[in-house]
Amino acid sequence: MTKKKHPQRPSRPLYDNPVSKWIDKRLPVFTFIRHSLDEYPTPKNLNWLWNGGSLAGITLLIMIISGITLGMHYNPDPADAFNSIERIMRDVNYGWLIRYIHVNGASFFFILVYLHMFRSMYYGSYKAPRELLWIVGVLILLLMMATAFMGYVLPWGQMSFWGAKVITNLFSAIPVFGDSIVQWLLGGPNVDAPTLHRFFVLHYLLPFLIVAFVAIHLICLHQFGSNNPSGVEVKKSEDQIPFHPYYTVKDLYGLTIYLLVFAGFVFFAPNFFMEAVNYNPANPLVTPPHIAPEWYFLPFYAILRSFPDKLGGVIGMFSAVSVLFFLPWLDRSKIKSAAYRPMFRPLFWVFILNCLILGWIGQKPPQGWYLIIGRLATLYYFAHFLIILPVVGWLERPLTVPSSISEYCKREHNRRKK
Amino acid sequence: MIRLFIIFILIISPPCLADATTRPPEQTHWSFATPLGTFDRSAMQRGFQVYKEVCSACHELSHIRFRELSALGFNDKEIKAIAADYSIKDGPNDEGEMFDRPALPGDSFPNPFPNEQAARASNGGAFPVDLSLIIKGREDGANYVHSLLTGYGSAPTDITLFEGKSYNPYFEGGQISMPPPLVDGQVTYVDGTPATVDQMSKDVVTFLSWASAPELEARRQMGLKVILYLIVFSMLMYFVYRSVWRNVK
Ligand code: HEC
Ligand code: HEM
Repeated sequence: MTKKKHPQRPSRPLYDNPVSKWIDKRLPVFTFIRHSLDEYPTPKNLNWLWNGGSLAGITLLIMIISGITLGMHYNPDPADAFNSIERIMRDVNYGWLIRYIHVNGASFFFILVYLHMFRSMYYGSYKAPRELLWIVGVLILLLMMATAFMGYVLPWGQMSFWGAKVITNLFSAIPVFGDSIVQWLLGGPNVDAPTLHRFFVLHYLLPFLIVAFVAIHLICLHQFGSNNPSGVEVKKSEDQIPFHPYYTVKDLYGLTIYLLVFAGFVFFAPNFFMEAVNYNPANPLVTPPHIAPEWYFLPFYAILRSFPDKLGGVIGMFSAVSVLFFLPWLDRSKIKSAAYRPMFRPLFWVFILNCLILGWIGQKPPQGWYLIIGRLATLYYFAHFLIILPVVGWLERPLTVPSSISEYCKREHNRRKK
Repeated sequence: MIRLFIIFILIISPPCLADATTRPPEQTHWSFATPLGTFDRSAMQRGFQVYKEVCSACHELSHIRFRELSALGFNDKEIKAIAADYSIKDGPNDEGEMFDRPALPGDSFPNPFPNEQAARASNGGAFPVDLSLIIKGREDGANYVHSLLTGYGSAPTDITLFEGKSYNPYFEGGQISMPPPLVDGQVTYVDGTPATVDQMSKDVVTFLSWASAPELEARRQMGLKVILYLIVFSMLMYFVYRSVWRNVK
């Protein structure tokens, strides 16, 4: 509970000066700001995992700004792409900084978004009434994957080229039209100049689509507000606090810590997430001994390779993402937070472990034990969504859920004292 | 279709039909390997001498311009003199002819061969890679190149060397088309350091590490400041956060 009572309509110079009022009458921006900062009620018990969303938004902004700056010096021509990146690294003022921010930003973006999704799974945030919020999130993930895949092709290193070749060739598994589709995607029979050029254009475009989807994501969010660690919806005014200043300062504090870790990588281990092979210019005649995608695709890559035939693998990989769209209806339990779901809670951690195993298998050759483990993990991945979640929702006897968020906070307070 | 099939086999099949014979690189201590480490200037200068007198006969260094050698501690006059030792194909002139001229500080190191085919033709079909990015372009690059340069030896009896190949256990497959490039006393260092193979190799690796990441020292200096700033800023934000939230139960 907050000791001081917060006025519902704080009077602030920002809103109450004549200019703001004049503008607001014609274009209600200040009403919008007031609504989303001062009046937007937020559960008071959000933990640090709820910082992920705002951090991902800021990372998207960082990616766009650093990306546009790179785009000013980058040349999407196979003969010069690799060299233009080296010119950025060596000749452009602080070009190395901009590029390392962009490269590491991509990995950090995925770390945040995966954490954000696992958070939503643990606390049941995808359940009614937030199903669309979740679905828009999965669409954002798909757009991010497309963007990152095409971005990785741009420096035109060995892995850029061969990654593009292997992934676009997957589409040839589609019956009848496969080969024509691949040709259409590449703009020719091979990964070549037209491919690189269109990937650059699309890599520039998609992030702005992501911005649009993030806006939709936020509109969905503001309809019912955030879920929270108790999984109980806000019931009374003492369950909540205004977003500003409480969560603005919490998000800002989180941001400084995030930037600290980010700067550690950018300045002291900038190539940590990168493959050394990609510092060798693309060579269509020499296949690298070991082709693996960026770490954030490894679990899906493992699923792709677990199937004995190519078409099966492609369908399996796309299903692995698509199944997420149906998650709100596959989970039959009405209880949101895993804290009150004694059967789901351990199974959630098994699911995480399984994802990590898939990621590990994704970088191993698909043979011997690796292949067997990969297949079992793939099976388990789908079983988690299609069998375990529905059945557990039905079998489970949940613990008593707190009657309200305030009640939850009291419980937590007492628990911590002990 | 066959091509697609082959590519598919390549992803599905064991990535390295790799020989377990390739030895992992030996670990050496490098002054630039620690988080705040810097390049040893005299090692860089000696390494440059090794590159210039030995490696540059076969290997390009295309991403480095002569003027960038100022990072090694050379002054403008010395750089002009170094550049003037190389000849650059320029043109066409007003008569439409190509001509040779001495290199200027703004030129990149010239390619020792006119094209890839010529390079392969004089190296038994193998291509001497551009060394500008060799350290970044190999896993554990500095240790790898050092191990490679010092790791030549006679082949074990169960290995038959192909024509024109030398045995080097650190090279993938164990057989390399580069003949041992360094022998003791190959260069005469101006600072009097004894030119052992190990010494020359360490020096040239230091030079090439700089060539791969010339921004390294500036990056670490800036990183230190950024991190210190963020530590102070995050502590301030922590206190703001605590004071705003103190009433929330
Ligand atoms: C006589 C010509 C020649 C000289 C001189 C020479 N190299 Fe090479 N180098 C080659 C050739 C040819 C290859 C390709 C070997 C192969 O692919 O089997 C090569 C390959 C390499 C490689 C790449 C190994 C890999 O992992 O692909 C490195 C690193 C290297 N040389 C470093 C050096 C250094 C450093 C020097 C100077 C000390 C030097 N070379 C001098 C001909 C030369
Ligand atoms: C959704 C956000 C984005 C993601 C996830 C992303 C991801 C990536 C990745 C993984 C790379 C390859 C880096 C490398 O290995 O070198 C890359 C490169 C690149 N990106 Fe982005 N990017 C994003 C946004 C943008 C935007 C908005 C632009 C420009 C408008 C842009 C322009 C570029 C350019 C020019 C490169 C090539 C330079 C380089 O490789 O360093 N990116 N991007």
